[in-house]
Amino acid sequence: MNPDAAINTARNAIEVRKLSRHFKNSEALCDVDLDVPNGSVFGLIGLNGAGKTTLIHHLIGALKPQSGSVSVLGLDPVKEPVELLRRVGYMTEEDSLPSWMSVQEMIDFSRAIYSTWDDAYATQLCEMFQLLPQQKLKRMSKGQRARVALLVAIAHRPELLILDEPSSGLDPIARSDILEAIIRTVSRDGGTVLFSSHLLEEVQRVCDWVAILHAGAIVQSLPIDDIANRFLEVTFVVQSPVDLPQDLETAFGWQQNLREWSVIVEQDEWQRKKPSDYRFANAVSREATLQRWFAGQVTQRTTPDFKQSQATELTDV
Amino acid sequence: MLLHITSDGLPIYQQIVDQIRYRIVARQLKPGEELPTIRGLAESLRVNPNTIARAYRELEQAGLIEKRRTTGTFVCESPPKCSAAECRRLLMPHIDNLLILSRQFGMSCEELTEQINKRSSKIDFQ
Repeated sequence: MNPDAAINTARNAIEVRKLSRHFKNSEALCDVDLDVPNGSVFGLIGLNGAGKTTLIHHLIGALKPQSGSVSVLGLDPVKEPVELLRRVGYMTEEDSLPSWMSVQEMIDFSRAIYSTWDDAYATQLCEMFQLLPQQKLKRMSKGQRARVALLVAIAHRPELLILDEPSSGLDPIARSDILEAIIRTVSRDGGTVLFSSHLLEEVQRVCDWVAILHAGAIVQSLPIDDIANRFLEVTFVVQSPVDLPQDLETAFGWQQNLREWSVIVEQDEWQRKKPSDYRFANAVSREATLQRWFAGQVTQRTTPDFKQSQATELTDV
Repeated sequence: MLLHITSDGLPIYQQIVDQIRYRIVARQLKPGEELPTIRGLAESLRVNPNTIARAYRELEQAGLIEKRRTTGTFVCESPPKCSAAECRRLLMPHIDNLLILSRQFGMSCEELTEQINKRSSKIDFQ
């Protein structure tokens, strides 16, 4: 294992406090607080344009906080970029490698930068990914170039691996190679992975923590198992929206299809209120899925105007 | 071990538990046989190691597998019979599914039982 790992004794690999960022007239990040626990595979999910890449740019020191603070592996990315980047692996969705280089040149270049570079591991990854050392990057497919980027991001056995939408636009085999690299990083090297994505299926598979970034703010951050343990998806069939429980404090993500309504509620509140309310007698509940929880948090977060929906329902009938 | 992980709503650890249980009951995994390490299975399935650990814990609690310190995880020599209540709990959703489907096809309970008996004689559980 990497001897430098001992330096970072903090409980969290990443700590972001009250981070805000404006670009001209638009607010890209607003009071973002984020803790990424050591040893976790942390999924950062959000719609396109939610601010995921802007947040990640702050983590690697590419952007300086306008307000708030960022600490990665106990370091300030802006003040100590060299020390930090030595210990971090980073891969982005964009094809940002110099395309005139060959695979071997890319490896030699990276070996010179990273003191912890593991030649045997790099060779092993090269074989695993079926990369030809002499091939130029510009002559390779997008999937193969992504594998080179992945190799360069992990062959120095980083303590923290940051992947910014690594899978978008890649074929299923290339995506699968990326997922395996994520699992190896945590299981063999005891590292931490931050993984931004909107492929919820992949997040579900590899992540043990997940946070939603929506319109520049963190909506919620929790262990992924808590979604099923804490939240229920409840489905009601009602004659009129007036019969809907409008006093559920934790409810979000209302969805309607004719007389059928579905909503996400916290289990505790549901167990407390269900027995005493006749309106809930016919409700069906099940554990919330990542998909449903995410959709609820980023689309319909507040209680809809039920009078309004009554009007729409009448036109539906 | 090549397990199939799908994203159809069933929790991933549950899918792993179900498939390993099936293999043990069907004797594809023999008593005393060693299971892959948590790390190894996590890598080959591309699933978080904590998820594998949770699945192994459930299988251990069910008395199907056992951890031997320092050596690894093995299929129990003699899997204990689970309690009648536990069996019912595990079987109930499947029975419900069968009943709903057979009713839809207009099949009586007797006909369904007959089909089950026929099928049972074909599957060899040793």
